[in-house]
Amino acid sequence: MARTVTTNRKIINTAAAWAVGLLIFFPILWTILTSFKTEAVAVADPPVFLAFDWTLDNYRTVLERSNYARFLMNSIIIAGGATLLGLLIAIPAAWSMAFVPSRKTKDILLWMLSTKMLPAVGVLYPIYLIFIRLGLLDTRTGLIIVLMLMNLPIIVWMLYTYFKEIPGEILEAARMDGASLKDEILYVLTPMAIPGIASTMLLNFILAWNEAFWTLNLTAAKAAPLTAFIASYSSPEGLFFAKLSAASTMAIAPILILGWFSQKQLVSGLTFGAVK
Amino acid sequence: MYFTHACRAATALTLLATTAAYADTITIATVNNGDMIRMQGLTDDFTVKTGHEVEWVTLEENVLRQRVTQDIATKGGQFDIMTIGMYEAPIWGANGWLVPLDDLSAEYNADDILPAMRNGLSHDGTMYAAPFYGESSMVFYRTDLMEQAGLEMPEAPTWEFIREAALAMTDKENEIYGACLRGKAGWGDNMAFITSMANSFGARWFDEDWQPQFDSAEWQEALTFYLELMEEAGPPGASGNSFNENLTLFNQGKCGMWIDATVAASKLTDPSESVVADKVGFALAPNKDGVDKRGNWLWAWALAVPAGTQNEGAAKAFIEWATSNQYIELVASKEGWANVPPGARVSLYENEEYSKIPFADMTLKSILSADPNNPTVEPVPYTGVQFAAIPEFAGIAGQVGQEFAAAVAGQQSAEAALEKAQAITAEEMEAAGY
Amino acid sequence: MATQHSRSAARFMMAPAVILLLGWMLVPLIMTLYFSFKRYLPLRGGDLGWTGFDNYVRFVTSSAFWPSVQATLIIVGGTLLITVIFGVLLGILLNQPMWGQGVVRILVIAPFFVMPTVSALVWKNMFMDPVNGLFAHLWKAVGAQPIEWLSDISLFSIVLIVSWQWLPFATLILLTAIQSLDSEQLEAAEMDGAPVLKRFAYITLPHLSRAITIVILIETIFLLSIFAEIFVTTGGAFGSRTLTYLIFQRVLESQNVGLGSAGGVYAIILANIVAIFLMRIVGKNLDA
Repeated sequence: MARTVTTNRKIINTAAAWAVGLLIFFPILWTILTSFKTEAVAVADPPVFLAFDWTLDNYRTVLERSNYARFLMNSIIIAGGATLLGLLIAIPAAWSMAFVPSRKTKDILLWMLSTKMLPAVGVLYPIYLIFIRLGLLDTRTGLIIVLMLMNLPIIVWMLYTYFKEIPGEILEAARMDGASLKDEILYVLTPMAIPGIASTMLLNFILAWNEAFWTLNLTAAKAAPLTAFIASYSSPEGLFFAKLSAASTMAIAPILILGWFSQKQLVSGLTFGAVK
Repeated sequence: MYFTHACRAATALTLLATTAAYADTITIATVNNGDMIRMQGLTDDFTVKTGHEVEWVTLEENVLRQRVTQDIATKGGQFDIMTIGMYEAPIWGANGWLVPLDDLSAEYNADDILPAMRNGLSHDGTMYAAPFYGESSMVFYRTDLMEQAGLEMPEAPTWEFIREAALAMTDKENEIYGACLRGKAGWGDNMAFITSMANSFGARWFDEDWQPQFDSAEWQEALTFYLELMEEAGPPGASGNSFNENLTLFNQGKCGMWIDATVAASKLTDPSESVVADKVGFALAPNKDGVDKRGNWLWAWALAVPAGTQNEGAAKAFIEWATSNQYIELVASKEGWANVPPGARVSLYENEEYSKIPFADMTLKSILSADPNNPTVEPVPYTGVQFAAIPEFAGIAGQVGQEFAAAVAGQQSAEAALEKAQAITAEEMEAAGY
Repeated sequence: MATQHSRSAARFMMAPAVILLLGWMLVPLIMTLYFSFKRYLPLRGGDLGWTGFDNYVRFVTSSAFWPSVQATLIIVGGTLLITVIFGVLLGILLNQPMWGQGVVRILVIAPFFVMPTVSALVWKNMFMDPVNGLFAHLWKAVGAQPIEWLSDISLFSIVLIVSWQWLPFATLILLTAIQSLDSEQLEAAEMDGAPVLKRFAYITLPHLSRAITIVILIETIFLLSIFAEIFVTTGGAFGSRTLTYLIFQRVLESQNVGLGSAGGVYAIILANIVAIFLMRIVGKNLDA
């Protein structure tokens, strides 16, 4: 009796969850499907779901027109560089906040978050002028720096919440055994914090990958990542849904695949200290 | 480890790029319109002829404008050639931001450029940008629907006729809309159309003392007429439609008439893009009965070289290549005469092959009938048909365009929109010190 | 014992992050402040001298100012409301036993990976277009007049798009929190015959309060500055012009850097008001 109730409930749960999941995923699915249609089929009324002549023409056109590999490479280097550099700077900071807290720790943390509230458009002129002066326009180095700074507060905060969960006694014990500060971080703390670091890394990689204001405004031909690639397909002349879909799919596919493969790491660490 | 590697790679690449610059690689910012994308595809021809390499930055129109204006105003030096229009060229030229294009080679034959285009891209008689293609606006209509309605389109229709025909053609049940007009907010979108239309109702933006004129009876009449036409015969969501959206609608057979850029003609008559390719007619942009101005604008997409570029020579060579008669012939040989960039050169319209193209004659007539130096019935202190060539115009018209778009969406009346337009313009002009 | 030593070590380790962020905050801020007191019109020759508080007065007295603050708050508030409510519901649903939980979770988090520009483009063209969009086809199929999403209900449409992007984030955080909920407590309450709503209100919701504040804090930080979604969909028309977008128009469309900078200063003030407000609740919750 009880068993059938739970089975029934499981069936209902499953149906509901799948329905919601598919609904949320539908826009992405539709984009991917549309990318394999011809332009005429893409706007057909009634819409065609699967029963159309699949074509790769849109991808061919996009690849012919744009140097996709370069945009992709730039995205990977910029997002990866910004994330790794950010971790390098944030790990020591988060460590000291978590294990040597002072009265000011929380204020510093909140202040760091507040720097993220500066509206980017408001400071475009100053940053552009600085970039000209430093010769950083249209360089990957420049974008790595900007995106690192943008996400640094989030990285510090995420790491801080993980580090805080690590019991201090373990560190005490290590210290007793004569471990130096460096050893402490490298051999005791880091292994325990790996899930947290991995998840921070993934989240920030996603944020940097998707950043569309600075990456578009501070680049021209050489350092432009996929966000700029998309800007050349956004509203061209004539029918464009299918080509737009192909370009969109190409822009999001790498990160989508990465996200799916690493979702366990991302999810297990994505708490921001929400769970006590 | 990975990072330092990436960093080093990035530095190395920057170095490479710098050295490459001496080997003349030029960076060109351009808009993602069909003709420019075709030009991108033909770049190899330029590289073979001159040895220079080209890097393309192709952006959607609004992003492009923002990007190149930002760069030139701060002297960022990111581009060797920028694709700009008739609005920017004289203003930037006057600021000394552009390299004068007065020393192009004899072979290029700069005198062959249509005088209207040349003037519009010049400041004080010096040309600062070379037209890649030029356009005016005209009426596109469906000959079959016109016949069905029992009407005949005159070569030079009035607004009253357009309205009559639009109403007769509209069949909302079957998704056919008599008048597909621009409604999307933007100085280069709905404001280009509405301003030109207002000219043909006898309205103007400013009087001789730079006082905004949105409170005039002419504006009232023009905007009311436009809103009513859109309401009665426009497609759904017209407040979000500009050139591209209307082009798509027309090509899908959903428009009875469309008044827009002459360059649309080649796309509307291309059977691979349009289901109504053999049923398109052309007419001059309308005027109000008794008003001696027609509602057609004048525009050119042109290539300009920002002052201070290190690749001036290569950049000019590219401009000579892309805006030359040879380029037109190259496109004609590959894609047919209908697809060559129109409206830039006199000789194109003297070409026998080209004169066989059904829209060639009407395009030229439209271009020749637009007069940027004398755009309105009453005198104005500015030049430009669908814009006023002052730096403040883009910002003002952007905001006014949003008010007009809201009126098209039925969110406010013509009176309210005009009142706000007047207030916005007065405020901005005062801020600018007029 | 080792406090003095570790204190200074700690300071030393925090220094790079703090100094960098201080620079990242101060340098643009000071330049923005400097420009905001200038008549700076690049198209009219650049720096035209000091002008006192003119830009500040002009920005705030412009008819566009208060509507833009309102639009900002509606977009932020609306998105928060939708993502938190649906995030909690979805979190509870995903926590139930079911088949294929992993796959469903993958489907649900996917929108978070889509760049804002792409999601705005896809929604605008392929779904909300009043003639060729999927919604229009759907409406017509049931005999209804298609909605003109981005002009008639522009703010709602933008909230919808942004919520779609941020719902996965809220769901994940809230799901993690729900998973940590003591199921024995819930079962005991169920045995006692407490109805579902009561159990939710007295056990689940209090347990989630911390997670909810964190979702609100993080999302607010990102939502205050959304730009691509508006730039792509409406361009600020139909009442969807946020403060960020108004500044963009002043700086880049009107090319009035002084005026835009003054707007930037106001935006910083607004952000800080929201921040202080948030910090209060979060700060309390962070201690709990």
